[in-house]
Amino acid sequence: MAEVCLGLMIAGLTAYGLLAGADFGAGFWDLTAGGARRGGRVRGMVKRSMGPVWEANHVWLIFVLVIFWTAFPVAFGSAMSTLYVPLFGAMVGIVLRGAAFALRGQAATMGEARGLGAVFALSSVLTPFFMGAALGGVAAGEVPVGNAQGDPWSSWTSPISLLVGVLAVATGAYLSAVFLAGDSERAGLPDLVAAFRARALGAAVVTGLLAAAGLAVVSSDAPDLFDGLTSGGGLVCVIVSGVAGAATLALLWTGRFFLARFGGALAVAGVTVGWVFAQSPYLLPGELTLDQAAAGDATLTATLVSVALGLVVLLPSLWLLYSLVLRGRLDQAYEPLDQRFRP
Amino acid sequence: MIDLGLLAQVAPPSGGLGDPGPQPDLLDARQMQAMSFMFHIPLVCFGISFPAMVLFLEGLWLRTGDPVYKRLAKRWSKVMLIMFAVGVVTGTVLSFEFGLLWPNFTATFGEVFGLGFALEGFSFFIEAIFIAIYVYGWDRIRPRLHFLCGIPVVITGITGSLMVIGVNGWMNNPTGFDVHGGKVTNVRPWEALFNDYLAHELVHMYVAGYLVAGFIVAGVYARAWLKGRRDRYHRVGLVVSLTIACLAAPVQLVVGDWAARTVADRQPVKLAAFEGLANTEKGAEFTIGGIYEDGALEYGISIPKLLSVLADHDPNGVVKGLNTVPKEDQPPVNPVHLSFQVMVFIGTGLAALAALYLLTWWRKRRLPQSKWFYRGVVAAGPLALVALIAGWVTTEVGRQPWVVYDVMRTSQAVTAADGLEIGYVFLAVLYASLAVAVFWLLRRLSRQPAEAD
Ligand code: HDD
Ligand code: HEM
Ligand code: HEM
Repeated sequence: MAEVCLGLMIAGLTAYGLLAGADFGAGFWDLTAGGARRGGRVRGMVKRSMGPVWEANHVWLIFVLVIFWTAFPVAFGSAMSTLYVPLFGAMVGIVLRGAAFALRGQAATMGEARGLGAVFALSSVLTPFFMGAALGGVAAGEVPVGNAQGDPWSSWTSPISLLVGVLAVATGAYLSAVFLAGDSERAGLPDLVAAFRARALGAAVVTGLLAAAGLAVVSSDAPDLFDGLTSGGGLVCVIVSGVAGAATLALLWTGRFFLARFGGALAVAGVTVGWVFAQSPYLLPGELTLDQAAAGDATLTATLVSVALGLVVLLPSLWLLYSLVLRGRLDQAYEPLDQRFRP
Repeated sequence: MIDLGLLAQVAPPSGGLGDPGPQPDLLDARQMQAMSFMFHIPLVCFGISFPAMVLFLEGLWLRTGDPVYKRLAKRWSKVMLIMFAVGVVTGTVLSFEFGLLWPNFTATFGEVFGLGFALEGFSFFIEAIFIAIYVYGWDRIRPRLHFLCGIPVVITGITGSLMVIGVNGWMNNPTGFDVHGGKVTNVRPWEALFNDYLAHELVHMYVAGYLVAGFIVAGVYARAWLKGRRDRYHRVGLVVSLTIACLAAPVQLVVGDWAARTVADRQPVKLAAFEGLANTEKGAEFTIGGIYEDGALEYGISIPKLLSVLADHDPNGVVKGLNTVPKEDQPPVNPVHLSFQVMVFIGTGLAALAALYLLTWWRKRRLPQSKWFYRGVVAAGPLALVALIAGWVTTEVGRQPWVVYDVMRTSQAVTAADGLEIGYVFLAVLYASLAVAVFWLLRRLSRQPAEAD
């Protein structure tokens, strides 16, 4: 049962990495869109496509946190207390990004929109970095069992942590560009389709290089993690991720954005699932195995029952939301962000 | 490899991560947690009650076709979305703080109370999905489907609160587990969730949600009323929100009394702190105001026997004093005494205002005319907010020094990390600027002419 709970957590983490990761990536493109006038079109599309879904996408994180502290309480307490610096940073980033995005929608002058936009975009880049660094810290075995027993700084600033942090930002940007290209195509805006396609291709190459560099760093800094990634289930996932990444590149090149979404999703899923295989049987490498960390059977059963009940209601609701969104039924009229403020 | 058995020998029920030892920043952690809740809770009130009000208006529009109902419903749903977005992020901070500030609380008891949050996570998810469809779907999906999409938002406001309050109820009245050798065993998560404190806390908080949101919205329209803006749009906005709040206010007195009697029965020391009662007394007096100093309540106005009447409806009933537990197990009396009295005083005042409003409607079939009534309504919103915060301080500070009543002390639950004061100051600055920004935005939104949206 502990494995099933871990599976749920990883599924939630993958969904968060994909959906909210793309929202964070949209913030990256907002940051790098250039001046008010030139960047207005890109920012208009970011606002339009993120609006209806960013809150639902965000709740996957709550789902992961809750299953984590219910099914593996000791591991949760140990990880959160040791990695409190990056996780506090991610928490602040989540508050700033959410609030700035909601408030920018109501901005009355270009100055306000630009100020709130900067807060939204900057926190959209820092949050995935901090989360990635924290996950990297866990994977690198920097988190001991206990109340804040690990070093508050070196636990998330090792080469592996920093690399996973940057990889998280790059993956978000890559996914976001793929999604935004599809949204622009649906909205019939060829110039934006080309703009996001170029960004998606660029981000795909950068993400691929970072992943390769990552493997090199892991092989030197965390040998047993590297062994896990290059044998058995871990290896299969790495290969699936690589192939999916390449296939997505081809789909992007030929402009098939709807399919590219699923290619990108498979590439990300390969990484998260591969990490679990590489790290098994440990939840906190070298410290705590899955069975030691698992809560009692009564709790695990109750959790699985409640998740099953919840999914019965949640999945149709998610299907309704995404079908409305993908059919454009919830789309606001598209306008560049700075349009409202033009004289 | 750490042998988990080793951890079990550590001081009782902190078997999770072991005793954190002295934490100089404990007060910072507690204040940070309190501040985080005080920013989340007003949004919770809107999350609980506002969807029902918006849906009520949309129902009226669907039935009568009167465009004023639709304009109000659309405007209110825009406010609802902003409140929800800020509710989401402040709620996320609370979830993080369970690990960042109280790792040992969560590590030791996560498997006992976690189920409530697992179910709460689902109701948040469905709330987030349908609120997006509702607000972004105005005039874009069929009116009937649009109205139906509003219903899950109302339901999840209830289920979300039920689960969370179930956890808080469990903290005040821990059940569903045993402790052997410092380790939590024989966990019964469903029993822990549906504890005896869930009922009154949920109803009391749910009614408080309608009070706070109802009076704040009514206050906006009452201020417009005072300024002479009395067209149908403002009149409907005033009547709908004010009627809902005024129906809730008297109910809150009854529920508050039920809550007080449950506390008198299960947490007598907390009730003693409410009343600053140093020693156990028969036919105890009720003291209004007063400062509690080394064992005695000074400067208050006391009404003989009233506390016994309140606590167990018997003027000569025995009420246990603070001295039934050693000094270090007693909660800080003054904040609890003050906040309880503020809550009850405001609650009674709101009930009086509500009675005036309902009587005027019942007897005279019209709105009250005196300007003082509308000034009262304008004041009622902020006052309800103060009563809300006072209520939670009553419950949470009244529970001190325990985080799990009579089982685990707050000092055992706190993180051993240092530098918490930096986090506290940082979050305080962040929340202060967020509050200013949201207030500025809502104020400007209320100024836009209704036709603009
Ligand atoms: C009695 C009501 C109540 C109380 C005491 C709390 N909450 Fe809350 N919470 C809600 C009632 C609520 C809500 C009404 O369901 C909210 C408010 C606005 C909203 O969007 O949902 C919400 C939002 C909300 C969210 C975001 C939901 C989303 O993404 O849609 C999270 C993660 C939490 N809360 C977590 C907590 C935690 C960890 C709490 C205490 C430790 C807590 N809340 C106290
Ligand atoms: C409903 C779920 C809630 C849970 C699970 C919860 C949990 C906690 C925890 C773990 C602490 C820190 C430990 C302690 O100080 O005892 C705390 C403290 C506190 N909470 Fe709550 N809380 C809840 C609701 C609220 C709400 C809605 C408020 C609104 C203001 C609130 C106000 C406070 C205050 C003022 C403290 C500080 C008390 C003190 O340390 O002196 N709580 N709560
Ligand atoms: C007028 C008579 C009232 C009485 C006698 C009363 C009594 C109480 C008591 C005894 C508690 C503590 C319950 C516990 O620790 O479990 C409480 C908590 C609380 N009260 Fe009141 N109350 C009254 C009015 C109000 C009003 C008007 C509001 C808000 C507008 C309010 C909001 C709250 C809240 C939010 C809590 C904490 C949540 C909870 O424990 O349910 N109360 N009240």
